[in-house]
Amino acid sequence: MNTSQSTTSSDDGVNSVNMAAIANRQRWQDVVFHRTTQSFSLLVLFALVGIIVSLFINAWPTFAKFGAHFLWYVEWDIINQEFGAAISVVGTVLSAGIAMLLAVPLAFGIAVFLTETCPVWLRRPLGTAVELLAAVPSIIYGMFGLFVFAPVYADYLQVPLQSVLGGMPLVGWMFGGATNGLGILAAGIILAFMVLPFVAAVMRDVFEITPPILRESAYGLGCTTWEVVRKVVLPYTQTGVIGGIMLGLGRALGETMAVTFVIGNANRMPTTLFSPGTSIASVLANEFGEAEGLHFNTLFALGFLLFCITFVVLALAKWLIIRTEKAKGH
Amino acid sequence: MTMQPSPLYRKRKRTNLMGLTLSMIAMSLGLIALFWILFVLFSNGLAALELTLFTNDTPAPGSEGGGLRNAIVGSLMIVGLAVLVSTPIGILAGIYLTEYGDTSKTAEFTRFVTDIMLSAPSIVLGLFVYAIAVATVGNFSGYAGSLALTLIAIPVVMRTTENMLRLVPGSLREAAFALGAPRWKVSTMVTLRAAKSGVITGLLLALARISGETAPLLFTALNNQFYSTNMGAPMANLPVVIFQFAMSPYENWIQLAWGGALLITLTVLALNILARVFFREKVKV
Repeated sequence: MNTSQSTTSSDDGVNSVNMAAIANRQRWQDVVFHRTTQSFSLLVLFALVGIIVSLFINAWPTFAKFGAHFLWYVEWDIINQEFGAAISVVGTVLSAGIAMLLAVPLAFGIAVFLTETCPVWLRRPLGTAVELLAAVPSIIYGMFGLFVFAPVYADYLQVPLQSVLGGMPLVGWMFGGATNGLGILAAGIILAFMVLPFVAAVMRDVFEITPPILRESAYGLGCTTWEVVRKVVLPYTQTGVIGGIMLGLGRALGETMAVTFVIGNANRMPTTLFSPGTSIASVLANEFGEAEGLHFNTLFALGFLLFCITFVVLALAKWLIIRTEKAKGH
Repeated sequence: MTMQPSPLYRKRKRTNLMGLTLSMIAMSLGLIALFWILFVLFSNGLAALELTLFTNDTPAPGSEGGGLRNAIVGSLMIVGLAVLVSTPIGILAGIYLTEYGDTSKTAEFTRFVTDIMLSAPSIVLGLFVYAIAVATVGNFSGYAGSLALTLIAIPVVMRTTENMLRLVPGSLREAAFALGAPRWKVSTMVTLRAAKSGVITGLLLALARISGETAPLLFTALNNQFYSTNMGAPMANLPVVIFQFAMSPYENWIQLAWGGALLITLTVLALNILARVFFREKVKV
């Protein structure tokens, strides 16, 4: 292949024909390249549409049978083919909610430490450690949760919580149930372990791009470090922070392995924080292998629901980020 | 002349101290979590790390010993195929978004969708691939597993390629155009080459990400108790084997699960560290 280099004056006549041919060939190559890359990039769009369509088609018998009632029907009877999404959805939302409640303040603390108080030579190793923690596969967290965390959690967290708070009027009901190391709270805590490094890394990245001049002006006025973070950095980065939190939420909602090991896998509506429950992802992981008939369709219906929920959360996160970047004039 | 600090100033100092102490506590909790998990992983997994792990196949329920050879080989094949397929697709799609699409509505929407697919629950992708590649064909297969992993890897490669290509200065492209190079050559031989190290970093990160994915393989490649290199049939793979063994009552199975978990974590960490070191060395901004 040759590029169209300028020719020497002596072969003008011959090479002008060649040059036209070369130019035509290159134009044709460009068209091919353009269309190829375009089709690959549209592949992602087609995949998304394909996912939604195939999930919905396979879920249709369940939706046809139960209708909208499916969403709040509290039932999971495989033998009589009566299914409801409420149990799994509640488990998913509860465990993800607990995870975010625990992880977000901790992540904020880590991000503040890494950007403000940490000595400079320590910043990169610690930052790398947090990012590596975010890269650990989720099944590791699941195994950690089941084999190591559950016994410790049962003895040193569940039993004291139950004895101290179990008798209290307003919150006592939350801490009833068997203290066997599994359950909704356990799943929430393990999910928090998993989501924490991710949200911390996003928050730290976002804090780091605050223009130094803003921070230094605040310091120049005599603000303490904490005031700079709360009144200058946080408002400036708030949409990035919220976007990061929602990304973490999206991950927590869809997480399978970390949850399946410790949530208890009981198809009953959880009544306390310690009671076993199930999340959509863990129901799919456990029951898909042997499902048939309406059970099979219902699992697809749950998958469709999960995809819709996470799609909405992630779309909202993106929209928030884009909107305030536009407002800032980026 | 010394000044007495006013009560307001003292209160502000107190709040500051409390806040920073809390953040340091948060950091220590995070580090404790990291080291706890790694410590547990190493102490439980090292016991299983002997030569038989790599030479024996997964044991039947109840039988002694065994290793993870078929799972390791299966994982290598499935992940390898996924990377092989997702690399050209992801890079070319990333090139399209940067060089051709740029600000068009389609490109904006594609970026939006890619970001969503990046964080989509992987089990739902597994369901989708089941519906199109397993139910239609009639059997689980390593190919279906690779397809699921490819669907996860493509958005990652696309995004990192696009971000890296954006960093290439426009003057480089313009110089190439000025020399009369056709557009495809500018994109591949000039821009992509300049962003090479960043793109490779993205590939390493995608590889690290799909090595640890369990859920999409659950209903696509399933599992295989025996050694098999037939991608058209169910294939053993490390994550699903770990899942199955860890939830079982057999001692040797649980120990093998820890060994497998250690292998996966070491691989993922090594890939991440390699990506970081590689990127830092090559990119001198």
